[in-house]
Amino acid sequence: MTKHFFGDTAVLLGRSLRHIGRSPDTIITTVVMPIAFMLLFVYVFGGAIQTGSDKYVNYLLPGILLITVASGISYTAYRLFLDMKGGIFERFQSMPIARSSVLWAHVLTSLVANLISLVVVVLVALVMGFRSGAGALDWFAVTGIMMLFTLALTWLAVIPGLTAKSVDGASAFSYPLIFLPFISSAFVPTESMPGPVRAFAENQPVTSIVNTIRDLFAQQQVGADIWIALAWCASLLIVAYGVAMAIYHRKIS
Amino acid sequence: MSIDFQMSTEQVRGPVIQVQGLEKSYKDLHVLRGVDFDVARGSIFALLGSNGAGKTTVVRILSTLLKPDAGTASVNGFDVATQAANVRESISLTGQFAAVDEILSGRENLVLVARLRHLGDPGRIADDLLARFSLIDAAARKVSTYSGGMRRRLDIAMSLIGNPPVIFLDEPTTGLDPQARLEVWQAVRELAGQGTTVLLTTQYLDEAEQLADRIAVLHRGRIIANGTLPELKQLLPPAKVEYVEKQPTLEDVFLAIVGDVGTDSKVGAASPDGTNN
Repeated sequence: MTKHFFGDTAVLLGRSLRHIGRSPDTIITTVVMPIAFMLLFVYVFGGAIQTGSDKYVNYLLPGILLITVASGISYTAYRLFLDMKGGIFERFQSMPIARSSVLWAHVLTSLVANLISLVVVVLVALVMGFRSGAGALDWFAVTGIMMLFTLALTWLAVIPGLTAKSVDGASAFSYPLIFLPFISSAFVPTESMPGPVRAFAENQPVTSIVNTIRDLFAQQQVGADIWIALAWCASLLIVAYGVAMAIYHRKIS
Repeated sequence: MSIDFQMSTEQVRGPVIQVQGLEKSYKDLHVLRGVDFDVARGSIFALLGSNGAGKTTVVRILSTLLKPDAGTASVNGFDVATQAANVRESISLTGQFAAVDEILSGRENLVLVARLRHLGDPGRIADDLLARFSLIDAAARKVSTYSGGMRRRLDIAMSLIGNPPVIFLDEPTTGLDPQARLEVWQAVRELAGQGTTVLLTTQYLDEAEQLADRIAVLHRGRIIANGTLPELKQLLPPAKVEYVEKQPTLEDVFLAIVGDVGTDSKVGAASPDGTNN
C-alpha cells in the first residue's frame, strides 16, 4: 500500500460518483424492479398471503431492500467491466498511484449508489403505507446491516467485473441473487412451504437478514437471527474479497 | 545544434530504455523470443512490425503491465520487474485504444490525471494542455462526443501530464483519418523537441520513416533490423536511378480536396513556432 492510497481512492471515487451523477438512469433502473415487485405483491398477491402482520408492506419491505441491492450491484460489475475493457484501467495501472485504489473506488461508489437506491425504495414504501415505530438506533442498525450486505455483494460483483468477457456476462450474475429472496421468508412465512423448500428457505442467508430487519422495524426483540445474518454477511464478504483480490493481483501483475 | 547536445548527455547517462533478451509466451504462443534494443534519451524510437509481431507485448512489459518470462528491461535506470513503482513515475502510456473517460469532459479527464499524479494546481495544467492541443472549444464537452482525432489528442495530452521523461505510444495513429494522423505526428515531434523520449509502435512504414530517429523491425518476436533510416536503407543494394513520373498519392489528393490541414488550426496551434518540421 503506498502513501497515496486514501488520496488516490478519493480522486477515483469522485470520478465514479460523477458517472452516477451523469447517468441517474442507473439508479432508476436499479429501483424499478424492486418497486415493481413491491407494487405487485402489495396490491395484487398480498391480499392472499397470510403473514400475521397487520400490513403486508411492512412484512415485505426488508426483502425488497435486499432485492434492491442485488439489482444495484450488477452496475458495479458493469462499471468495472467497462473500465477494464477501455484503456483507462491500463492507464491507471501504468501510473504512479496506489493500485488497489482503482478497485476500492468502485467498491465505495457501489455503497453510495446502493444507499441512494435504498432510500428511494424506502420512500416509495412510505407512500404505499409502510410505517415503522423504529427509533434512531433501530434505523442505524438496519442501515449497518444493509451496508454490510451491500459491501459483501459488491465484492462478489467485483469478480465478474474483472473476469467477464462481455457486458451481459458482467451483469448476469446478479439474477440468481435477485431471485434468492423468493425462496426465503421475504414474501411469505416459511411455515407454509413444503419440507425441503422450507429447509432451504430457513437456512439460506436471506431469511436471517430479512427476519432481523423485520424485527428491527417492528421494534421486536431481535433473536439469534441477527448473529446468523451478520455471520453470513461477514463470511461472504471475506470469501468474495479474498477471491476478488486474488483475481485482481493476477490481472495486474 | 540540439542533436549534438543530446548525444553528449546520452553518453553521460546512457540509454534511457534498455531491453535485453526479453521473452514472453502465452501458453504455446511465443510472442517474444529474445528482444534486445536500447533507446537513446530524447530520441524517437519506432518499433515497426505487422499485427501480432509482439509490439504491444513489448510496450506492456516496459510500462509494468506485464511481467516477462525471461530477460531484463530498464526504463530511466529502473528495472521494470523490481522497481516498477519508480518506472511508473518515469513513464506515460498511451495504449492502442484511447484511454480516456467517455463520461467525463476533456478538461475533467486532464484534471483527473493531474490529481492522480499528485500535482499542484491541476486546473491550470488542464487548461494549458487544452490550449496546446487545440481542445479549448471542446473542453467542457463529454468525451463521448469527440471525434477519433480529438480523442487521440486528449489521450496524448493526458500522457504528458507531469512531464514524464519517457512516453510510450502504442499504435498512436491506427484508425485515424489522414488529418488526425498529421496532428498526432506533430504532437509527437513537439514532444521529442522538448527532450522527452518517445517509443512508438506502428505498423505503418511511412510513420516510422516520418518520425523516428531510429527504427527497429520486430518480426515474429525478434528484432531483425535496428538502425537509423539511412542505415536501414543500406541493407538493400544501392538505389538505382530511375525516372518515374511523380503521381500525387491518394493522400495528397485527399488532403488537397478536403482543404489544407492548416486551416483546421489544430496543427498550427499545436506548434505555433513551427519547430521540428
